[in-house]
Amino acid sequence: MATATFRIWRGEKGQGKLQDFPTEVSAGMVVLDAVHQIQAEQAGDLAVRWNCKAGKCGSCSAEINGMPKLMCMTRLNTLPLDRPVTVEPMKAFPHLKDLVTDVSWNYAVKKRIPKFQPRQPDAPDGTWRIAQEDVERVQEFRKCIECYLCQDVCHVLRDHHMHEQFIGPRFLVYAAALEMHPLDVGDRVEALRKEFGIGLCNITKCCTKVCPENITITDNAIIPLKERVVDRFFDPLSKLFRVFSNSKR
Amino acid sequence: MPQIDVPLSRAGFGQTQRADNWWVQPLVVFLGLSAFIAYSTWAALQGQHFRFGPYLSPFYSPELFGPAQGWFGPSPNWMPVWVTGAMLILWAPGGFRVTCYYYRGAYYKAFWADPPSCTVGEPRKTYLGERSFPLILQNVHRYFLYLALVFLIILARDVWDAFWFDGRFGIGVGTLVLLTNLALLSSYTLGCHSLRHLVGGLRDRLAGAPARKRVYDCVSCLNGRHMLFAWCSLFSVAFSDLYVRMCSMGIWTDWRIV
Repeated sequence: MATATFRIWRGEKGQGKLQDFPTEVSAGMVVLDAVHQIQAEQAGDLAVRWNCKAGKCGSCSAEINGMPKLMCMTRLNTLPLDRPVTVEPMKAFPHLKDLVTDVSWNYAVKKRIPKFQPRQPDAPDGTWRIAQEDVERVQEFRKCIECYLCQDVCHVLRDHHMHEQFIGPRFLVYAAALEMHPLDVGDRVEALRKEFGIGLCNITKCCTKVCPENITITDNAIIPLKERVVDRFFDPLSKLFRVFSNSKR
Repeated sequence: MPQIDVPLSRAGFGQTQRADNWWVQPLVVFLGLSAFIAYSTWAALQGQHFRFGPYLSPFYSPELFGPAQGWFGPSPNWMPVWVTGAMLILWAPGGFRVTCYYYRGAYYKAFWADPPSCTVGEPRKTYLGERSFPLILQNVHRYFLYLALVFLIILARDVWDAFWFDGRFGIGVGTLVLLTNLALLSSYTLGCHSLRHLVGGLRDRLAGAPARKRVYDCVSCLNGRHMLFAWCSLFSVAFSDLYVRMCSMGIWTDWRIV
């Protein structure tokens, strides 16, 4: 068996340092396996959050060699093991202990987004009819596992700490899933501009790059929402069209 | 919006734990865009060698003022002599590219280090994004799109003209260069995010409009390769000008195929 060194962040509340842990690795292992092995053999008090080990619960988000990734989905054969593999907690959220951060800010943000508001039922029995092609567009957004890797990589949150002005890519995807839903009649465009800070996104596409569900966050969610904001606030022709067509949206 | 009570740390400029060569991509973008800006500025300042036979450089199309083929006849007397035909028109396709969603993300990284690359520390602490002046002006993108669509029609006419040599049908290497350029520019322009929105993205339901749905799907398909076409068309438009210029200067020979 080969030996690899994992350089893991140890400490509490943002105070701490990177510590090296050499451990044996074998074919098929993922970073979370190695972290568990280190926890079992060398550091019993190492804090790490995990659950499904299948890339579906979004619990084991961390920064591996500086890039936000799920530990359970990062195979060791994709990493250069001739040098230490750094494993750090996410930087966009308050640090708790070792690899664990407090992501509760995200839950509070989600509560502020206006919920799904379906139109009047299509049929007398209170049901609706939706064409498959219409629902397909928002289906992609439903794949989100809320790992918050996109929030972590977003420089508006990560580097500029604008948590009070910007909801981040995850919740722009959530807003897009509601706003573009063929049944929804809610209006979130004004909030997207003023309260949720969509104008702060400068389209670096880092969120799309790190999404473990391969959601095309920037092109399919954020930019279409930006275009709806342009329709409402920045396009005089669009405004004129709304006046003549007597449309409120 | 909810607050975060625990202070977060901020990485210094260029600071990262990334082990890969993260600086390569922004450097390539910086060099690629800088080379294009330098060449196009130089070409726009020349004011000559933009026609060869039936070929017209895309940097000088449409030719608004010109003694022989200008749309509005010879240059008016009030126009300074140093103003070339390219200077009168290049602001429109240039504005389309500057405000393009793909290029915005690319040059914010490569030219402004905002951020230099994903998870790499930035040089500035303040950040305004695209919600304040000057970047709020990026929202004008769809108006540049309208102009870019007009330019596509004009360039299509130029390609048609490039098939006719002294009134007889023919195909030269230059014809193929201009045709390829038109195809790549069309693929880039018709895959624009704003166009995707205008043709269907603004609606939540497309099921009852099959024609609109088909157009939306086509634009979405091109949009998925927007970055590829952005670079290919940038290269092709510069090469088309270079080809016409070199032929006009007698340095390259335009081989006739048909």
